[in-house]
Amino acid sequence: MAEYVRQMPSASSDLARRPAISERFHIDFPLLFLLMGLTIFGLVVLYSASGQRLGAVVRQAQYFVIAYVVMLAAAQVSVQRYRRWAPFIYLGGLALLVGVLLFGVGAKGAQRWLSIGGFRFQPSELMKLAMPLMLAWYLASRILPPRLINILVALVLVGVPAALIVRQPDLGTALLVSVSGLIVLFMAGIRWRFIFGAGVLAVISAWPAWVYLLHDYQRQRILTLLSPERDKLGTGWNIIQSKTAIGSGGWSGKGWLNGTQSQLDFLPESHTDFIIAVLAEEFGLRGVILLLAIYLLIFARGFWIGMHAQDSFSRLVAAALTLTFFIYVFVNMGMVSGLLPVVGVPLPLVSAGGTSIVTLMAGFGILMAISTERRLVVQ
Amino acid sequence: MATFITLLFGLLVWRVLSLQVLDSDRGYAFLQDQGEARYVRSAEIPAYRGIISDRRGEPLAVSTPVISLWANPRQLAGSGRVTELESALGLKSGALEERLENYAAREFMYLERHMTPPAARAVLRRKIPGVGGHREYQRYYPAGEVVAHVVGMTDVDDRGIEGMELAFEDWLKGAAGRKQVIKDLHGEVVRDIGELRAAQPGRDLQLSVDLRLQYLAHRELQRAIATSGARAGTVVTLDSRSGEVLALVNYPTYNPNGRGSLKAGSTRNRALTDVFEPGSTMKPLTLVAALESGLYAPDTIIDTSPGRVQVGSKVLLDPVNYGELSVARVVAKSSQVGIVKMALNLDEQAVWQTFTRFGLGENPGTGFPGESAGVLPYRDRWRDIERVTLAYGYGLAVTPLQLARAYSVIANDGKLVTPSLLRLDGAGAVDARQVVEPRIARQVLDVLHGVTSEDGTARSAQVEGYGVAGKTGTAHKVGRDGYADDRYLAFFAGIAPVRNPRLVTVVLIDEPKGDRYYGGEVAAPVFSRITEGALRMLNVIPDQVTGDVASQGRRAGGEA
Repeated sequence: MAEYVRQMPSASSDLARRPAISERFHIDFPLLFLLMGLTIFGLVVLYSASGQRLGAVVRQAQYFVIAYVVMLAAAQVSVQRYRRWAPFIYLGGLALLVGVLLFGVGAKGAQRWLSIGGFRFQPSELMKLAMPLMLAWYLASRILPPRLINILVALVLVGVPAALIVRQPDLGTALLVSVSGLIVLFMAGIRWRFIFGAGVLAVISAWPAWVYLLHDYQRQRILTLLSPERDKLGTGWNIIQSKTAIGSGGWSGKGWLNGTQSQLDFLPESHTDFIIAVLAEEFGLRGVILLLAIYLLIFARGFWIGMHAQDSFSRLVAAALTLTFFIYVFVNMGMVSGLLPVVGVPLPLVSAGGTSIVTLMAGFGILMAISTERRLVVQ
Repeated sequence: MATFITLLFGLLVWRVLSLQVLDSDRGYAFLQDQGEARYVRSAEIPAYRGIISDRRGEPLAVSTPVISLWANPRQLAGSGRVTELESALGLKSGALEERLENYAAREFMYLERHMTPPAARAVLRRKIPGVGGHREYQRYYPAGEVVAHVVGMTDVDDRGIEGMELAFEDWLKGAAGRKQVIKDLHGEVVRDIGELRAAQPGRDLQLSVDLRLQYLAHRELQRAIATSGARAGTVVTLDSRSGEVLALVNYPTYNPNGRGSLKAGSTRNRALTDVFEPGSTMKPLTLVAALESGLYAPDTIIDTSPGRVQVGSKVLLDPVNYGELSVARVVAKSSQVGIVKMALNLDEQAVWQTFTRFGLGENPGTGFPGESAGVLPYRDRWRDIERVTLAYGYGLAVTPLQLARAYSVIANDGKLVTPSLLRLDGAGAVDARQVVEPRIARQVLDVLHGVTSEDGTARSAQVEGYGVAGKTGTAHKVGRDGYADDRYLAFFAGIAPVRNPRLVTVVLIDEPKGDRYYGGEVAAPVFSRITEGALRMLNVIPDQVTGDVASQGRRAGGEA
């Protein structure tokens, strides 16, 4: 009878076929190649931006090795498992955030890290992944598009960790974590009238928030954005220097290692948040376009994976991770080019800094898990 | 969704485009200028200060490159390497702390000025944040205190503050150049791009002084001061034909290389700035007035007995009753009575006019900072006592340089030269005017030659092998209650060699102690030794070629 089963006409091609390498090892090759391209480009720029210190590049490369391992590991976990674990990851993240407020360590008046045996860990980074997973878990099991009560629950789920992160205080990360959750809500098909309502509410609450919620330095940042010239040597310094760097790059740039703003230390944070200004100065518009093209292809692949996912949880998670990535790019570039206030968001996978790279790559690991999940339905 | 993303993406691209390539109001052109303005700076290239040398080219003031270390106090304090810097600079630990606090609000302070380049580089190589160095020039004076009063000195910023360094500041300093450099945010020069304007080195200055004579005069003056216990002293030697100052020394002097140990008063160039009452050294000038009047000739006899003369309510005395003296002997013996009798016979303004023609009461015109014109009061009506006082050298004030200049008229056939501290090349540069008939000048010179003869007041001024002329002077110093009995100025003004005068030297000893205070005892020997050495150095042929002396003169000439 074995023969009979084996020759079942409809199932044979699907169940018996040898899974492709990408499926067997859970690797999405287009995404992997794009990420590797971005990694290499990023390291080249970083060498220049860090003042030609090879050490900085080697360290960043080490982070990348860890990040790629984490990504590949995350890709091996099945989507169903992510779904089951989502609430626990979320709750664990919340617990750690509370822990940060109680026992955290930090610098410059902010308390953002947990120190465990000398190893520093930033729980808000974990929340960037936990949030979309949790929201997708919650909304995917409800009627879509979600009803008002579900939306309110979802908002609470977003609000609690965001509030905890704001207390650290780390407004930038809080906003990004919130956005990663709200995107899930948005993708779940929230009605436009709710969005408009939220918009109106935001405008109305802007003034009280300005007066009561924001710290002085945060207000400064927004004022600086509106007119950087008002405090050239203080809060406006970064933005003036970065605009100058971008502008003086022109079409073809000054050449690698020849940017004056960055090499002569005028540009602050040149190897972290403002690294794109270095790229723009040294590689010109051509370099910026190349970088944007790589990002655009990564988004495209991310959305393609989301569109072809097999259930609403996967779709929501994929879309949320991709959009979050896009928003990082947008916020960073907007900030450096003077469109948005300076909020301290690194340029994804290019800025120096291990935590952000590992988190982002873990996200891409989840995307790969979704992408390479076994097809239940033949297409 | 896709439209939303496309919109946001489009916004980013538009933003970058507008900053980088679009020709908007504050677009790339503006930003590129801004970028350049940040790092292209112009920096000063310090100019090399001109060398000051003596008349033979010996360097008297030269500039050497040094490095001054500075710090940005805030950056340095924040670096946490203050202790390391202290030990690198050889300071006690904690020595910088206080200075850093005092300068906490500034962005610049000097750590140490004028370090030798190797020492400064050793500190700079540590790359301590906020510490930098810049090139400067430091003045070095090879002859130190010997010519300090003429050359003067510069301050720590290389600007002249004394002497010729000050007088010829603009000539010596040159013009700093400018260059374009690339500087980073911390002001560190990363690279030179090019010179905008080359630094114009200062011009060199050749002084009239002869360093050998200067050393000689310095040594002899020091010795005289030491043996007489005097407070101060001055020697000025002029080239009587050109007016060039060949030697000029003062005591007390100072070492311009060690600014830290300057004493007030020691930097003053007394030869040009300090005035004194010339006393008997004015008698030859009075003699000029007497000879010009036609009433007197050198051999006219004047009866000075009984050694005293009454003018108004004052009685003026000679030390002894000289009896009948020729005019020449009146000057040689420095007889008060003789001079007074002559002066009273002259025209009321004659002595004053003669003194004026000899350049007294007038700025000598060297251009030296603080140069004094002395005091020669003019009166419409002269009382008898005022006329005779002036005639024997009181009631006026001159500087040693003025006295030397006045004597150069006698040495120079009646021509008054303008003293110069700069070397003059050739006779064309000599600025001289005839103020006395050559015949009378020669007569006076002869009379002054007699002063140094065996029975004159200045035997000790004699120089072996050369005939010299001169006049001693001893003046009471003016104290709080008029003329002081126990404080004197001893001086001597002399001319050599008498047959063909070349040098005029004035020696002034201020407040010699003890019994020996007469100009003839204290100042004349100094004149003798300086003149003897100077004449040999200048290869002047001896007057009296007698075997023994002639061989000495030749030998000395060969050495010089």
